[in-house]
Amino acid sequence: MPAVTSYRGGVSNPIEIQGLVKAFGSVRALDDLDLSVEQGEVHGFLGPHGAGKSTTIRVLLGLLRASAGSVRLLGGDPWADAAALHRRLAYVPGDVTLWPNLTGGEVIDLLGRLRGGLDERRRADLVERFELDPSKKGRTYSKGNRQKVALVAALASDVELLLLDEPTSGLDPLMEAVFQQCVEDFRAGGGTVLLSSHILAEVERLCDRVSIIRSGRCVESGTLTELRHLTRTTVRAETTRPPEGLGDLVGVHDLLLEGRRVAFEVDTSALPSALAALQDAGIGTLTATPPTLEELFMRHYGDDVSDTASGASGGAS
Amino acid sequence: MTGAGMLLRHFLRRDRWMLLAWSVGITVLYWSQAVSVKGLYATQEEFDRAAVAMEANTAFIAMTGPARALNTVGGQVTWQATAFGAITIGLMSMFLVVRHTRAEEESGRDEMLRSAAVGRRATTAATVLVALVANVLTGTLVTLSLVTFPLAVPDSLALGVGLAAVGMVFAGVALLAAQLTSSPRAAYGLTGAVIGAAYVLRAVGDVGSPALTWMSPIGWYQGMHAFSGVRWWPLALLVLAASSVIAAAGWTFGGRDHGAGVLTARPGPVRADAFLGTPLGLAWRLQRGSLIGWSLGLLLTGLSYGSLGTDIGDLLGDSETTQDMFVRGGTDLVEGFYATSIVMLALMSCGYAVSAALRPRHDESSGLAEILLATGLSRRRYLLAQVVLTVTGSAVVVGAAGLGLGVGYALTTGDGSAVGTYLLAMLPYLAPVLVLSAVARLLFGVHARAALLAWVGLLFAVVVLLFGQVLQIPEWLQAVSPFDHLALVPAEDFGWAPFLALLAVAAVLSGAGQLLFRRRDIEVR
Repeated sequence: MPAVTSYRGGVSNPIEIQGLVKAFGSVRALDDLDLSVEQGEVHGFLGPHGAGKSTTIRVLLGLLRASAGSVRLLGGDPWADAAALHRRLAYVPGDVTLWPNLTGGEVIDLLGRLRGGLDERRRADLVERFELDPSKKGRTYSKGNRQKVALVAALASDVELLLLDEPTSGLDPLMEAVFQQCVEDFRAGGGTVLLSSHILAEVERLCDRVSIIRSGRCVESGTLTELRHLTRTTVRAETTRPPEGLGDLVGVHDLLLEGRRVAFEVDTSALPSALAALQDAGIGTLTATPPTLEELFMRHYGDDVSDTASGASGGAS
Repeated sequence: MTGAGMLLRHFLRRDRWMLLAWSVGITVLYWSQAVSVKGLYATQEEFDRAAVAMEANTAFIAMTGPARALNTVGGQVTWQATAFGAITIGLMSMFLVVRHTRAEEESGRDEMLRSAAVGRRATTAATVLVALVANVLTGTLVTLSLVTFPLAVPDSLALGVGLAAVGMVFAGVALLAAQLTSSPRAAYGLTGAVIGAAYVLRAVGDVGSPALTWMSPIGWYQGMHAFSGVRWWPLALLVLAASSVIAAAGWTFGGRDHGAGVLTARPGPVRADAFLGTPLGLAWRLQRGSLIGWSLGLLLTGLSYGSLGTDIGDLLGDSETTQDMFVRGGTDLVEGFYATSIVMLALMSCGYAVSAALRPRHDESSGLAEILLATGLSRRRYLLAQVVLTVTGSAVVVGAAGLGLGVGYALTTGDGSAVGTYLLAMLPYLAPVLVLSAVARLLFGVHARAALLAWVGLLFAVVVLLFGQVLQIPEWLQAVSPFDHLALVPAEDFGWAPFLALLAVAAVLSGAGQLLFRRRDIEVR
């Protein structure tokens, strides 16, 4: 099980990035990025291709050197202390390359030993749960199986931090469920996870907090509840009398009235007064849908709608 | 068979440059023998003398084939070119066949093709046809090049037709191997083993047990006796063998599932052994095949040079060009020849030393370095393991070349002390080999993609050695080549100073490369 460590100098977060810039020539892949991941949480890292998720993770791994900004990983400097820090973490890339002539079992052992040891019981258990044939050579594995090899190697290692870069893009739904269970077990043991993904359902189910990045910059960060406060709830209802005054309320948008049936969108701040108006009209049926992560996501990526909140509902339909 | 014609056109289009390169290369192999033999001997007496020396050299016969009519140009072409020609055309057929069958099945492209309106056997049929086109093309070019040389038409035709037929036998073997195995690598391995066995059978047969020669397709080809009373009946053996293996392959194809092989892939170990968990163990595991291959190759090349023994004087003739070419620094032709051979063997060893130094570049571009360096393995230890293996491996390869040279010489002349002499003469060349390898390491330290430029360094050293005099490259530029500094042992006496200086240069370049690698970004895909 992951060991819980306290970090020196008051910085207690396993990952603490401030003002990170990474330039490749004249291209700024990361542009003033902030990210903090707290001890014991599963942190979702969302963004489309090219937003800078993988670059951030590679800076954290000391594979790329930061052009500017401060990066602390497990209380150390990811560039200078790379090897020592890597013994306390495991990494799974999105597109796993394996040695064509080593078997999956050999790769798991190899990576485990280079990280400083494997939990034998967990290794056997994971191989079985992921239904992996460890006797096949690397060249014969499909994308999903290569990913399983890297996942088993990472999850069977005794580490306190997992860096997962779109780790499930090749897994089928059954294996996806196994993966989610494994991540939850890891967190239950006190471990910390940075999970880059664009499978929103996965992030929604697993993550305590989420950071959304766009063009190398963090545009939103917080718990899902916090983020939801920033957007609107969709409300549908049937009332005994036509509701009155809804249209005059500040914070109610896209009101649709058809006799006794009503549908609208409402800012979180205006939710109590809107519901009061419905109650006055006598509620028959009521459904209130919280904004999905997808809506949050679309709000930031539905290109030109990022400023006008009306884009949120449009993207979710 | 529906669609076979369309596939054939598609294959030919994909392969056209590759086919051209192979067939022209093989033609040059034959034609250049004719040219070089014609230029080598000034008089027929000299030629006769050389022929007698060659006929008496068992090592030569084992290497090339039965000695017949060696005092004629045609006889020399047949003797020198047929064994290697047969191997080369075998390799061409193998790559061609496996590329369109097993490799396509593994990649999944074949599945896509077969889901279209294409007959089940169309791919196989089109592959056989492509192999036929390639082999007939090569045979025709060989015949034409020899006829225009000019050499006798029927014998030139026998060399070309026989070559194409041998090629088809090996194409059939490759096709059968592609049915039996379930990966391209295994298919290459099996076919390569058959080609190797055919060569060895005829080698042993030609030296003493003729029955073995008749078990080898290469033996049948050489049994056509081109330029020494050509006979055609062995061609029937080749055609019969080719059609039987192709038929057997077709029958096997009919009985297996798509993607499966008749022999199932052997499962590998489910656990890693203790050594694999270390950076050096991993490097060794990944590169041992290449190291063993290069060592064997240089051992054999050394053997073949060494087995020339003291016959060189007769073989090379007395012409001034050969004297100029081989007598560098010494007055004795034999010693001068071996001093030059040693430098050549060292240059070949660079092939290993540079490619081993470039191995981390492959790790980096394929994404393996990313996985490795994300573990507790530091960049310093990762690269150091690679350096240790490259330096040790280079020493082994250079040593194998020297050992081969010495043993070959000792076997031919009966002079046992030659083993030590030539081995000791070869070993100092580890220093310039390591310099070129270190150049690759330095370039890799600067940038992964820049590392390929290291091959330019090897090319430069080769040009300086072979054409330095002819092209009149200025002294100072020649001195840039690390091969330009060591004493030409055994023609000259060995000196420690240049050897140690070269080692120091190699160490500095390699060290700088290792430091630079620790400071740069890892290339990401």
